[in-house]
Amino acid sequence: MSSVAQTSVRPEWVLPSRGRVGMTCLIAAEAAIFTIFVVAYLFYIGKDISGPTPKEVLKFPLIATICLLSSSLTIHLAVRALRNAYVGAFGLWWFVTMALGTIFLTGTGLEWHRLIFEHGLTISTNLFGTTYYSLVGLHAFHVTAGLLAIVLVMILTLLGKVKPEHGERVEVFSLYWHFVDVIWVIVFTVVYVIGR
Amino acid sequence: MSSETIALSATGPDAQPIGDRLHSWVTTVDHKKLGILYILYALLFLVIGGIEALIMRIQLIVPENQFVSPQVFNRMFTMHGTTMIFFVAMPILFGFGTYLIPLMIGARDMAFPRLNALSFWLTAFGGLLLYFSFIGGNGLYGAGNAPDVGWFAYAPLTARAFSPGHSTDFWTLGLLVSGIGSIGTAVNFITTIACMRCPGMTLGKMPLLAWLNLIMGGMVILAVSPLTAAQIMLCIDRYLGGHFFDTQAGGSATLWMHFFWIFGHPEVYILIVPSFAFASEIIPVFSRKPIFGYPVMVAATICIGFISFSVWAHHMFTIGMNSYSNTFFTITTMIIAVPTGIKIFNWIGTMWGGKIRFRAPMLFCIGFLFQFLIAGLTGIMLGASPFDWQLGNSYFVVAHFHYVIVGGILFTVFGAFYYWFPKMSGRMYNETLAKWHFWLFLIGFHLTFDFMHVPGILGMPRRIYTYEPGRGWEIWNLLVTIGVFFQALGVLVFVINLLLALRKGEPAGNDPWDAWTLEWSTTSPPPEYNFATIPTVWSRRPLWDIKHPEDPDWKYE
Repeated sequence: MSSVAQTSVRPEWVLPSRGRVGMTCLIAAEAAIFTIFVVAYLFYIGKDISGPTPKEVLKFPLIATICLLSSSLTIHLAVRALRNAYVGAFGLWWFVTMALGTIFLTGTGLEWHRLIFEHGLTISTNLFGTTYYSLVGLHAFHVTAGLLAIVLVMILTLLGKVKPEHGERVEVFSLYWHFVDVIWVIVFTVVYVIGR
Repeated sequence: MSSETIALSATGPDAQPIGDRLHSWVTTVDHKKLGILYILYALLFLVIGGIEALIMRIQLIVPENQFVSPQVFNRMFTMHGTTMIFFVAMPILFGFGTYLIPLMIGARDMAFPRLNALSFWLTAFGGLLLYFSFIGGNGLYGAGNAPDVGWFAYAPLTARAFSPGHSTDFWTLGLLVSGIGSIGTAVNFITTIACMRCPGMTLGKMPLLAWLNLIMGGMVILAVSPLTAAQIMLCIDRYLGGHFFDTQAGGSATLWMHFFWIFGHPEVYILIVPSFAFASEIIPVFSRKPIFGYPVMVAATICIGFISFSVWAHHMFTIGMNSYSNTFFTITTMIIAVPTGIKIFNWIGTMWGGKIRFRAPMLFCIGFLFQFLIAGLTGIMLGASPFDWQLGNSYFVVAHFHYVIVGGILFTVFGAFYYWFPKMSGRMYNETLAKWHFWLFLIGFHLTFDFMHVPGILGMPRRIYTYEPGRGWEIWNLLVTIGVFFQALGVLVFVINLLLALRKGEPAGNDPWDAWTLEWSTTSPPPEYNFATIPTVWSRRPLWDIKHPEDPDWKYE
C-alpha cells in the first residue's frame, strides 16, 4: 500500500526480537504453572495423616544445587563467547553447562532412589509424597527438556554447524535455562527450607 | 490502492485435484487458512454443543419428563459446557484473531507460523479426545461413557472411587491438550503484535482489535496455565494414586475449586475481550465515526485484565468462606464493573451523533450492547455475596452467564462473521437472510434467557434432571425451551446464508464497508502474502488517510 504523501522523515522502525518476546511469554506461562504447584505444596505442608514427613527423610541437595546454579554462569559465558565469535570457547562452556545439568539430574535421581527404596516414599504414599514428587518432578522435567536442547546444540557444535550468527538463538535458549535455575531457587526454598 | 494487481501466475486453487487441496489445508501454516480452520472447527462443535443443549431443554420442557435418562442428562450438561467454552468459544475467537491480527497490523503472517499450526491441531485433537469418550469412555462395566462430572469437575467427584471408567480421563486429557494449544496461540498473538507491526504502527496507532487480543493473550498465558497445572494434578491423582484432591488422605476439594476458578473467571474475560474487540471495530465503521475514547478503551481493558485475576472466588460464595474472603471478592467484583461500564459508554459515545447504518454486523453489536449491560447487572447482583447465597447454583446463575456468553459473546461473533465474511470469502452475504437470522435469534435468545431467570428466583437448582409439577416452574421451562427452537432456526438461516453466499454471492470487492483498517486495503480474499508491499501507516485509520488526503487523521492524533 502506498503511504500518504508526507515528507517528514521517520526514525528507523525497530521492533523487539521475536525469539525474546516468545520466550518471555513461554516463561510467564511456565511460571504460572509452577506457581500453582508451589501453592499446592505450601498448602499441604503438615497436613499429612501418615508418614514419612519431610523432616524425617529430606536432606539438603547441596552439590546438585551448586551445580545447577553455577550452570547459569557457564551458559552466560558460553553465549558471550559465541557473540564474540569464539566458537571454541563457546563449545567448552556449553559442555560444562551440559555436565553441570547432568550432575543435577543425577542428584535428583539418586535422591528419589533413596526416598523410594530406603524410606518407602512414593507419589501415592501420602500428601507429602504427592506434592514433593510433583513439584520436584515438574522441575526435573524442565531440566530434562533443557538438557535435551543443550545436547542437540552440543552435537551441532561438534559438527561445526554453530556459527557466531546463531548467538541470538542460543541467547534466547539461555533465558529458558536461567528460568529453570530461578525456579530451582524457589523449589529449594519451599521444599527444603520452609517445608522441613 | 496498491500493487495487489500483481496477479499470481500459478494456477488457481480450483485447478488442483481435491486430494491436493485437502493436503494443502492439513499442512498449511498460513494464518488465514488456520484462522478459517479454527472457525470451521468451532462451528462444527457449536452445532454439537447446541444439540446437547436441545436435548437438555427437551428433557425439561414438562415436569417429570423422561426423554433421556438421568445419566445421559448429566453427560449432556457436562459435555455442553465443556464443548461450548473450550471447543467453540475459544477456537472461534482464536480463529478470528489468527485470521485478522496479521492483516490488521500489516504483517505477512504470524510471528511463529508453525507454532500456529501446532496450536490449532492440539486444540482440534483435544476436542476429538473429549468426544472419543462416547466410544472409549467405558473403562468399566456400567461406568458410563462421556464425562458426567459437570464442566468444572469438582473434587471428589473426579476421584477414581466416584468416577470409575475413563470418562473423566478423557475430560482432563482433552482439556490439558487443548490448553497447551491455547497457550501456544497466546504466545503467538503477543509476539506477532509486539514484533510484526508494519512501519509507523506504534502501539497507540494499533487497531483496537489488535490491542484487545494482545491483552487477551496475556490473560490466556496467566489463566490457562493454572488450569493446565490443575489438570496435571488430577491426572496424577487418577493415574498415579496421588492425593491432591483426595479428601480421604487429607487432600482438599476446595483447593480444586480455587485452582479451577483462578482459571475460570479470567476465562470469561478471555472470551469477552475479543468480543469487545469485534464491537470496537464494527461500531465505528457503521456509525461513520472514529472510536470514541481510544486510549480509555485500552486502559479500561488493561484494568479488566488485571482485576479479572482477583475475583475468582465469587464463584465459591456458597461453599462457606470466611467473611474477609466474602468481602474481598464482593468488592473486587463490584470494581470490575467500572472499566466494563466505561467501555459501554464509549461505544454509545461512538454511536452518538453518527450516521448509523443498520446492517447485520451493526444490529448484532447493538444487541450485544443491550444484552451485555443486563448480563453485567445480574452479574453485580450475584457478586453481592448475601444475594449469591440465596441464588447461587440456581437457574438464575445459568441465565446470567448465558446472557454473557450468548447475549454478549455469540452476538458479537455473529456480527464479526457478517463483517469479515466478505473479506474471508470474497463474496457478499444476503442482507435479508442476515436480518432474519438476527431477529429470529434475538427473539429466541430473549425467550430462553430472559425467562430462565424466573425459575431460578423461584428456587429451581441448575443441573436438575427433572422437577415435580405445581412449583410454578412449568410455564417458564416451556417458554425457555420454545426459545431454543427459535435460536436453532436462526442458526440454520445463518448457515444457509453463508453456504448460499459461498456458492453465488455477489463479489464483495476489497472494501465493501468503506472501512479504515488495513485488512480492507488488500484483495478479498487476501493473497497468501497478504500485502504485495508492506504498508506504512501514519494514523489509527490508515485507509481514511488514503481516501481523504485533504483531511487525514494523522493531523489530529
